Amino acid sequence: MGVNNTSEIPADFPGKVIPGGNGANILVTSLDDIINWGRANSLWSLYFGTSCCAIEMMQTGAARHDYSRFGFEVARPSPRQADLIIIAGTIVNKMAPVLRRLYDQMAEPKYVIAMGACAISGGPFFYNSYSVVKGADHVIPVDVYVPGCPPRPEALLEGMLMLQAKIKTESMKNKVFPIDGFDEGL
Amino acid sequence: MDTTITNNFKTEEYQINMGPQHPATHGVLRLLLTIDGEIIKRVEPDLGYIHRSIEKMCERDSYQQIVHLTDRMDYLSSHINNEAVCLTVENALQLEIPERVKVIRTIIAELTRIASHTLWWGVMGMDVGALTTYFYGFRDREMINDIFEETCGARLTMNYNIPGGLMFDIHPNFVKRTKEFIAHFKTKLPEYDLLLSNNVIFRKRMEGIGILTKEDAISFGASGPVGRASGYSCDVRKHHSYSAYDKVKFNEVLKTEGDTYARYQVRVLEMWESLSIIEQLIDNIPEGDFFAKTNAVIKLPEGEFYQKVETARGELGVYIVSTGTKNPYRMKFRSPGFSNLSLLNHIAVGGKIGDLVATMATLDLVIPDIDR
Amino acid sequence: MTNEALQNLISSWIPELEFTEEKSQFLNITVQPEQLHQLMTQLKSNPDTNFDYLYCLSGVDWGKELGVVYHLESTTHRHQIVVKVKTEDRENPTFDTVCNIWYTAEFHEREVFDFFGIQFNNHPNLKRLFLTEEWDGFPLRKDYVDEINMVIK
Repeated sequence: MGVNNTSEIPADFPGKVIPGGNGANILVTSLDDIINWGRANSLWSLYFGTSCCAIEMMQTGAARHDYSRFGFEVARPSPRQADLIIIAGTIVNKMAPVLRRLYDQMAEPKYVIAMGACAISGGPFFYNSYSVVKGADHVIPVDVYVPGCPPRPEALLEGMLMLQAKIKTESMKNKVFPIDGFDEGL
Repeated sequence: MDTTITNNFKTEEYQINMGPQHPATHGVLRLLLTIDGEIIKRVEPDLGYIHRSIEKMCERDSYQQIVHLTDRMDYLSSHINNEAVCLTVENALQLEIPERVKVIRTIIAELTRIASHTLWWGVMGMDVGALTTYFYGFRDREMINDIFEETCGARLTMNYNIPGGLMFDIHPNFVKRTKEFIAHFKTKLPEYDLLLSNNVIFRKRMEGIGILTKEDAISFGASGPVGRASGYSCDVRKHHSYSAYDKVKFNEVLKTEGDTYARYQVRVLEMWESLSIIEQLIDNIPEGDFFAKTNAVIKLPEGEFYQKVETARGELGVYIVSTGTKNPYRMKFRSPGFSNLSLLNHIAVGGKIGDLVATMATLDLVIPDIDR
Repeated sequence: MTNEALQNLISSWIPELEFTEEKSQFLNITVQPEQLHQLMTQLKSNPDTNFDYLYCLSGVDWGKELGVVYHLESTTHRHQIVVKVKTEDRENPTFDTVCNIWYTAEFHEREVFDFFGIQFNNHPNLKRLFLTEEWDGFPLRKDYVDEINMVIK
């Protein structure tokens, strides 16, 4: 015995019907907002710069374009204390296992920004090179791609803000771990 | 009560890894340290974590495309790297370069040198523990980046040189902005001295460690500020002049102690010298073409060519073996960081790990330059 | 010293050297592998030549032969010279090391071994420098083919 919640929807009903569910959803979505707000506004990044894009990342952290006003306060040297890894620079065959190990050492929730043409697809080193991994997303799952060679500090800030917007759409009910299924092929 | 503590413990050496991802190694360099307590017994560098096979790629590229690749090798003196390849090609083709091109190349090269040294100074303080210097160094570097952006189009990887001259003429504001920068920077360099050079803690950390003698410097092939701090006169701008360096008067900064503090002082004094070079040239840029005509497809005559230039790190050499086709047969870059790194084992043994970090900061290594 | 004076002096030490100045901006000496170490020691220790600065050591694959090119300079007299050595043996090319003469050669020879496979006798630590230990083949040789990694254009 219980209340029958399913209602009959007429076939020519205009508009979209969103099922109401039970009342607990209201509590969970408010918690979602708060948790996402907290996560998005205090992402601490890991010191990971391999080549030229690292200088532009350092410029983004310096006084003129300051990323700490958006919450990315400090860059941590240890992956156990970081939740964002900005891949700035080319990834080479010898460095790829190191990158994977660093990603595995980070604690959930963790996010990845691929900065620069080399991290997105190999960049200027795509043709005729025997040692460059053609894109960091062969090694770890990437959330945001920032193009440029090297991208301007403003472009990197835009990428970081886009990541913050992406985090705010997450929900606790439908957790998605990007690393699941990554090794077997997306 | 007997208060002396006798050391009954047997100590043993162990190996520790200063891994590829580390804030103090300025790039991806892995050092295998063999240490006994805190004293270093042996340092072995492990390279190759950013080896992008540039030399192999050059064998299939045309000469104009190679200039674009050399930007990314030592990205802090990218204009000077471009200049090295362009000069080799121009000397091989025996092209006559207009005076205007030579003077502009020299001015931009000296601005690049100042930009690289301010970044080095900022990061040097950070390595030793003084975080404020990071922001001061980058503030001045931003002004130079603005000048480059207006003229060359990019902040870091400039590609302004091509074999034959420059890609486009300088912007009308270039002279005015450079003069403003010089006036501004002359008031800031004494601030650098106030903050760091005369600081008691800094000096105690830097004096007397990492000593390199003159004979060792020559035998290890050290060049640039590392060699000059040991009394070895190795400035390519003086001994094998190129571009407009034979028209300006500047001193070669030499020190004799060869320790870490001497290397630091040489770089700071070099910034003053660069300012004086720019001042001598900025008012008298000769009129003329910014470009000497070459074919669209450049083919070097058969033979071998070598050109040296002085980057912010030391002596960069470009060696081209050509068989007369449009690609080089073999292209080799003699990078300054490669030889400077090989002396790390020699000077760091016997010191502590903190001294190793300070010594590495004064060697001013940029790892993509070493790994190519 | 001028190139001619250098040529006269050096040819008085070892008779079978070849000197040439064409197609290069320096005086080139081609030496046989057996006399390489002796020539290099004399070039450094003789006070008239005094070549104490080895500034470039490169390996070259000349098509049929493998070779090494040494660029030397003297810090006192400021003259420069190029020494070349070649071998036809592509399976097991071997030369003498010059690490005991100039310390900088240690890293440079490791790099040449890494990319060309040329071994050096009496080298203190001859192993690969840039590539991983398990890498198969020597990339900068002209007959190197790598289907998986290289996208040729």
